[in-house]
Parts: sequence; C-alpha cells; structure tokens
Amino acid sequence: MGDVRISGRPTLQRKAAPAVAAACFAEGSNAATVRVEPGEDARALLPQLEQIERIEISFPVWTDGRGYSSARILREAGFEGDIVAVGDIAPDMIGHLQRCGFDAFDANKPIDPETVKATLERWDNVYQATVVDGRQAIWAKRHPA
Amino acid sequence: MYKYDEYDQQMVDTRVAEFRDQVSRRLSGELTEDQFRPLRLQNGLYLQLHAYMLRVAVPYGTLSSAQMKVLGDIADKYDRGYGHFTTRQNIQYNWIKLEETPDLLAELASVEMHAIQTSGNCIRNISSDQFAGAAADEIIDPRPYAELLRQWSSFHPEFLTLPRKFKIAVIASDTDRAAMRLHDIGIKMVRNAEGEIGAQFYVGGGMGRTPMIAPMIRDFVPLDQLITYSEACLRVYNRYGRRDNKYKARIKILVHELGKDEYTRQVEEEFAHLLTQPIEPPLAELERIKTHFADPAFEAGLSDELDLSDPDFALWVGRNTQAHKQPGYVVATVSLKPVGGIPGDASADQIRLMAQLAKDYSFDELRVTHAQNIVFPHVKKADLYTVWKALEQADLATANLDTVGDIIACPGLDYCSLANARSIPVAQKISERFGSAERQAELGELKLKISGCINACGHHHAGHIGILGVDRKGVENYQLLLGGCEGADTSLGTITGPGFNEDGIVDAVEKATNFYLEKREDGERFLDTYRRIGMAPFKEAIYG
Repeated sequence: MGDVRISGRPTLQRKAAPAVAAACFAEGSNAATVRVEPGEDARALLPQLEQIERIEISFPVWTDGRGYSSARILREAGFEGDIVAVGDIAPDMIGHLQRCGFDAFDANKPIDPETVKATLERWDNVYQATVVDGRQAIWAKRHPA
Repeated sequence: MYKYDEYDQQMVDTRVAEFRDQVSRRLSGELTEDQFRPLRLQNGLYLQLHAYMLRVAVPYGTLSSAQMKVLGDIADKYDRGYGHFTTRQNIQYNWIKLEETPDLLAELASVEMHAIQTSGNCIRNISSDQFAGAAADEIIDPRPYAELLRQWSSFHPEFLTLPRKFKIAVIASDTDRAAMRLHDIGIKMVRNAEGEIGAQFYVGGGMGRTPMIAPMIRDFVPLDQLITYSEACLRVYNRYGRRDNKYKARIKILVHELGKDEYTRQVEEEFAHLLTQPIEPPLAELERIKTHFADPAFEAGLSDELDLSDPDFALWVGRNTQAHKQPGYVVATVSLKPVGGIPGDASADQIRLMAQLAKDYSFDELRVTHAQNIVFPHVKKADLYTVWKALEQADLATANLDTVGDIIACPGLDYCSLANARSIPVAQKISERFGSAERQAELGELKLKISGCINACGHHHAGHIGILGVDRKGVENYQLLLGGCEGADTSLGTITGPGFNEDGIVDAVEKATNFYLEKREDGERFLDTYRRIGMAPFKEAIYG
C-alpha cells in the first residue's frame, strides 16, 4: 500500500529496491534495504548498520509482538535510517509502533488517515522511557532534573 | 495506600475514551469479532458462555472503602447483584453487556480503578501479599515496588503482544502468602549483608497444564535497577518465547527448554545492554510512591487483651485473625466461603457492608486475597467484637480460614467457556460435607483447591488436596491430587489415580481426610502427614 509516516523524522529514502532478507544479508550483501522477520535476530544486523538505509520489520500477524523488540534494539544500537512495520498492521498498534522507534508502516489493508491521526494523538503521557520515541516518561515529569 | 496524581488519572481516563472508541467500532461493525477480541481482552472483557465477563484490576489486592463501595454499586447496576473475587486478587462480573462497559469503566475511573491488562497476552495485574504493611513478619511493605512495576507495565509498547499472558507477584516475607514461585516472575524483596533492600528474582513458575516452580535467577537486584532488570527478563521472553503452540508459550516453557542457566545468561546480557539506556525511574520516584504507603495513624499503647467469652467469636478470632505488627491491632480475614456457598462470591450489599466496616474500623483499607477472601488489615482489638457482630449479621463471619471449607474454586463450566467440568457444585458439596465447625477444627489447616480444566485457575496443583475437573467421553470426571503447597516450601500435587464422578470425588476427599486423622502424629497438618508417609498408603485408603 505504501508507507504511512508516523514519526517526525525526515524520510531518508524512498522505497526503491526490494528488501533483502536479513538471513541473506548477514551472508554478505550491499543492499540498503533489509527485511527482518519475527523469528530473526535484529542484532545480527548491527555490524553492518552503517550501510543500511531502511529496515522493514515484518508483522505477519499483528498479535505477534517480536517486531517491537527488534525495532527498539536497532534504535538502541544507534540506527538512524528508516524502520518500517510491514504486514498485518492494526490501527490500535500504531501508537506502540511509534513508541518503539518505527518511522512508518506499510499495511496490508488501508487504514483511515483520520484513525491514524486519532491514535497517534490519543495519549498525552506515557509511563515508560523507551528512549527511542523522544517522549518524556511520567516519572521524568514528576522529577524534573 | 496509593493515590493517583493528575498523570495516573489522565492515563485511566484516556483508556476509557480509547475503549469507548473500540467498542463503538465493534458495535458499528467496523471491527469484526476476530479483530476486536485481542482489544477487549487487553481490557479484561471476555465473552463467556452466557454473557460478557469483565475482570476489574485490584492492584496488589489493595482497595479503599470508597473503591469497594463502587464495586458493590457496579454489581447492582451492571451485574445481577454479585461480584466474584478471584485468585489474582481481582474482581469479576459475570453478566455484563458490551454496550455498557465504557460507562462502567468510567465509574471505575472515578475511584482510580480500571480493567487495564486484566486479560490478554500482556503483563497482568501485579499481585502481592494480602497482609502487606500489616504483617508482623515482613521486612518491608512490598506494595511500593508492585506499584512501580504497575506503572512500568501499563501500556508498555514493547510488551503488549507477548507470546502469552504474564503474571508478576511481589512479596517481602519468608512466609509466602502469594504463591510467588508459581508466577511468571516472582519477586521477593530481601535485605543483603550490607543491610540494603533489593529484589530476588524467580522466573518461570506457573500452573496450567505444565506446572512449574520458578527457579531463582538472581539473588539481589538493587532498587535502582529493578525496572531495567524486569525489562531484560521480558525482552528475552518476548523475542524467544514460543509462539507456535499456545500451550507451550508461557515463559516457564522457555526457561525449562533453555535451562535456567542459559535463560539467566541471556537476561544478564540484555540487562548489561539495557543499563546503558536511561529507562530506569529515579529512586526519588520510588520514594514518592513509598510515602503513599506510610503506616496509618495507629494509636500507641493499646492493650492486646481480647474478651473471648463469646465462644463463636473466640472460634472466629482463633481461625480468621493474624498477628499485626502494631500492638493492640489485628489483621482480620472475612471468609467468602460460607457453608454451601460459591467461593469468592459476595452480594452487592455484602460488598458495601465490608466497605463501610473498613471505613469505620480498618483505616479505610481492605485487601483481596488470592484465596478469594477479604481482609481488614488494621483492626483495633477493642473494635474486633463489633466488627465480627456486623459480619455475622451479613453471613460473613464463617470461621474457616485455611481449613477444608476455605475452598478455592474457579468459575468452571457454570460460567467459563474454557472449562471441561463444573467446579462450583463440587466446592459446595465438599463445603457441606465438612460443614460443621468441629469437623473443620479437627482437620486444622487444609487447603483444598478446585479447577474445572487443566488451565488451573483454581490452583489445584498447589492444594494440599487438589481437584481437577476433566471431560471423559462427554461426562464430567474429577481427578484427585495430594501434596501441593503454595507457601515458602512450594510443591506440586500428585494425582492419586483414576478419577471420580461428582459424588465420588467428595467421598474420596473424605477417605483421604479420615486416613489423615488416623495416621497423623502430634501437631501434623494434612500436608505434613502426607509428606511423611507418602502417596502409597493414601492411595490404598482411597481406592482400597
């Protein structure tokens, strides 16, 4: 369907070349777009992060939450390129994607832009520091440095 | 107890609005039932055999009297006049209409309550010792740590679609009253050699069809790393817990298949990494939370004398009260297990009465226990007779705590869509068979627990006597287990042999208890005798 942007970060790259599977990538590839499946270890990409521009994280079913950990791990390792959630994206997960460091989603079924907007705007505050979403946790607001 | 600030209140209010939106999308047909199910489950709403069931969270089992009163009012307004207290220290309503749930949740939010994450494959309501803050044997009140974890786990974006549900318990005494080692994560607050408080982590316990006792994976996590360590435990599970088979998806299977040492190694590696990320709340936040759990204004210099001239009162005091850390006070438990009753059920009027008594006589506070009873944590001994009299008039003064009448039972096939057999009628028959106070006193401490299917919501693995309902060729059949225990010396029960029908299981329990009375030595509880002489003689007594 194409990317729907959910982070405030500027787009680094348009979706050009098809993604290379992470398993193949680890064996040696100069691809700039990589696809990570739920069972794959995102940390295997860390040695080559500098050459990657876009990482697609696959959600074959939205109730499989492994992709959230993959995204945070990549961001925590300093990945600056695009992270895109691909597959079975449910409206109610969009805010969680954003909080775990996703820039965009590319859903199998279209989601009404109004729903996307409402979901992203719903929560004024969050309990956790995920670091990668740039939001201040409630505990940080309670105890300003 | 903990009071919401503007942030906490805003979080539950926003959740009500979000759920109202989800329900309206379901009612309009925009969401199919398949799409709606995971959403409603994350808000404790199940579709059961006859109606929707809503599970309301009672964080670490602590309630104010105002909250308890609203729970009673909700029972009248949205249910059929009853609430059902659960083994996770929560309350369930069995006759809920989908379209009314947003309004119900708004009423809960008005008294700082919610149903967030009381179901679904996420971190569930965090349980604790029902005597926290009152028990004479605790090293510290465990609830501030549970509250810190509650906030961290609420809407945690990485951990809302885990392989399976995830249950955490926090305790702080050697006497384990929360079945801590039968949780996905059990945390025991401890003091180290330097006198500092920290957390001991036990991971991978659980009941269900593959019961396991959690091994300890770390003996001391400093307080300023508590959230980071928990996050490491969860991340390893989220990434590597099995998702191919829902019956093998709990963390206990991961810990078992990897082995405790390998799971621990992976957690420590993730922990070392996460320590580089600023995700841990400052200790000042823990201190802020702790101020909410300061002792109430106990009167000093009170007498510990009690007038026990009323024999019924004396029986109840002996059975249903525990030592309090403050002289002149006592911890009193209200049994929700009247003879022949439904374990854990209370009427709206009973709930409101307990709310009023807590307001007048227990510093405004109540607790729900995992054994499905209610606790007044801080009662002045001088007020105890008055409290008991009021309870007696409301059929709430059954003196059977921790005896054979104090049965834990799941809702079973009378309500639950997962059950294979009914639990409630079996509980009622056993409760009636052993109904006399003399008989219960003679048998002493005897924990009997009934589940209507192998998911083990009735904790049958952990009963001194456990009963498991199964479906045998379309007929309800009940297996008997002996020797389970949920305390500090946690053990899992063993099946005695072939199962029984509904009346047969009651007879089998009686044969086991008669045999115990015959064989027991001085001061032995049922469990002690079983552990001393083993299964074989019991089996012969039951089947011979």
